[in-house]
Amino acid sequence: MHIVVCMKQVPDSAQIRVHPVTNTIMRQGVPTIINPYDLFALEEALRLRDRLGGEVTVLTMGPPMAEESLRKALTFGADRAVLLTDRFFAGSDTLATSFALAAALAKIGQEFGVPPIVFTGKQTIDGDTAQVGPGIAKRLGLNQLTYVAKIADLDPTAGTITVERRAEGGVQVLSTRLPVLVTMLEGVNEIRRGSLDDAYRAARATIVKWTAADAGITDLGKCGLRGSPTIVKKVFAPQARAEKVRQVPTADVSTEALAASVMAEIFKCQPALEGELMRFSAGP
Amino acid sequence: MTDAPKPAPAGRAGTKRELPEHFKAYKHVWVVVECEHGVVHPVALELLGEGRKLADKRGVELAGVVLCGDDLTAALVAAACFEHGADLVYTVTDPVLAHYRNEPYTRAMTDLVNTHKPEILLLGATNLGRDLAGSVATTLLTGLTADCTELAIDDEGSLAATRPTFGGSLLCTIMTLNYRPQMATVRPRVLAMPARQIGRWGRVVVHPLNLAEDDIITKVLRFVADRESDKAQLAYADIVVAGGLGLRSAENFQLVRALAEVLGGDYGGSRPLVQKGWISADRQIGQTGKTIRPKLYIAAGISGAIQHRVGVEGADTIVAINTDPNAQIFDFAHLGVVADAIELLPALTEAFRAHLSVNRLAG
Repeated sequence: MHIVVCMKQVPDSAQIRVHPVTNTIMRQGVPTIINPYDLFALEEALRLRDRLGGEVTVLTMGPPMAEESLRKALTFGADRAVLLTDRFFAGSDTLATSFALAAALAKIGQEFGVPPIVFTGKQTIDGDTAQVGPGIAKRLGLNQLTYVAKIADLDPTAGTITVERRAEGGVQVLSTRLPVLVTMLEGVNEIRRGSLDDAYRAARATIVKWTAADAGITDLGKCGLRGSPTIVKKVFAPQARAEKVRQVPTADVSTEALAASVMAEIFKCQPALEGELMRFSAGP
Repeated sequence: MTDAPKPAPAGRAGTKRELPEHFKAYKHVWVVVECEHGVVHPVALELLGEGRKLADKRGVELAGVVLCGDDLTAALVAAACFEHGADLVYTVTDPVLAHYRNEPYTRAMTDLVNTHKPEILLLGATNLGRDLAGSVATTLLTGLTADCTELAIDDEGSLAATRPTFGGSLLCTIMTLNYRPQMATVRPRVLAMPARQIGRWGRVVVHPLNLAEDDIITKVLRFVADRESDKAQLAYADIVVAGGLGLRSAENFQLVRALAEVLGGDYGGSRPLVQKGWISADRQIGQTGKTIRPKLYIAAGISGAIQHRVGVEGADTIVAINTDPNAQIFDFAHLGVVADAIELLPALTEAFRAHLSVNRLAG
């Protein structure tokens, strides 16, 4: 079975700083990583391949340097990597991104076999939209399974899949027909350490690189900034709070005395709280 | 997604052209009212409150959209919509909508939009809302802004949706100028809950769904509800106590839970604690976790990175306990205590316990 995993290379958000004057992202020296949510999708795909046989292709759209993330995915054990890169894709919002990725997925189907399952992470850590997966599903007519915690059953011959999906207040057990788009929930598996063989293979592997034309895209008006109905009007840093923090003095007091003064300060900030706590504490 | 947030260059997509003729009929503000299993998700009411303001500013009507499996649920949810500000409610009632599934819900929503043409369509940024919004926007080929924290109408009458990006380091305001409807999903708990106006009423517009169960490929085999005791009530708790890496070990997290228990609140933690496996993912507070809006928030041993800050800023009182006087958390806390949380938390728990029991005896 051929499985495709859509990934994104993202800046390591924990290390992002905003320039205090210009309010722009200081990208210099910020390391890029595979979007952490995508690793749960990749691991799930690798497990299915190991169990059922077949191949895992990883696909990403991004600048040429996104090749680095694809190579990393190969070290984890992916069999093939495709990089969709073209200046026409610059400035894509989620609608334009799903258009380009859907085209690349169709092309992958022609070249390497139609995938019954396309995986993505539940969202990225830079954009946080969770919209590209559903967009791809809609464009390719794949049955959409989002926030999947577990693939309970998969029968490629019968063309059926059953999953556990995280819903509001519980878990839905859904059964549907292949082909599907699955977005994996976080924390449901752990990415493997790739083998030494995989590392060697990854270092030598040729990454398949496609431009928009290579992916069979003829309507460039649906790509990048031109193909994006949303526009970013303004970018700004969060406002600092005007009011300063009130520090509770801690010098030369016992922990017990400090606790008492913290409690008193809390009640000063929230005069109604004491009464409410009393009612709670008294019980029904 | 927009790869790097950048102000739109003048003269291109960023410029408002005259709205294409076929979009001019699009009017009114709609809120999709999530009501799975008959329970209205609070974010829908928050959205109705905000939608009311947007509709008034535009001089249009506010509609709730109710998709559900039976007429009784539809009637009850419609009543809740009117009491929270809706002028009218569109209902699509069909047994195939009893459980959420992407296919029939997307079909119902796109049918409704194409028939009644709203200019603004809002959904909660829940699992359901995000699953549905992405499909609907792609079907309609319109703009969708995810996980917003602020909505406004700009001078030209367009929806300006503001959201954190790059893990909350920056905010950006995103607009859909030349397409309709303008869609956005909004994070639960960032907008205020509107007051309920008992007895307020409006019109109900019933819309049919011409779809049989046999036409729908995906089946819901069963729904396993979370056990009540396991559910984190974080987003809607009045008091939240949370811990960070300053607690130094998983065992010490018990100190956070003990204080939360005495205060009758809920507990959570920063993202590193989830990554270390000290707490479950549904207890993560911050940009990629839950947004909370309690009356009292106590952060113990949390440094206060921007990703955490965006999730807790709505709290009335933020109390920060941290050994580092320069920790970022003191930039947005109301009350600061430079101390070791591991020592202070048990003392604070005891202080509250003693205070409350003494006063109870006195009362």
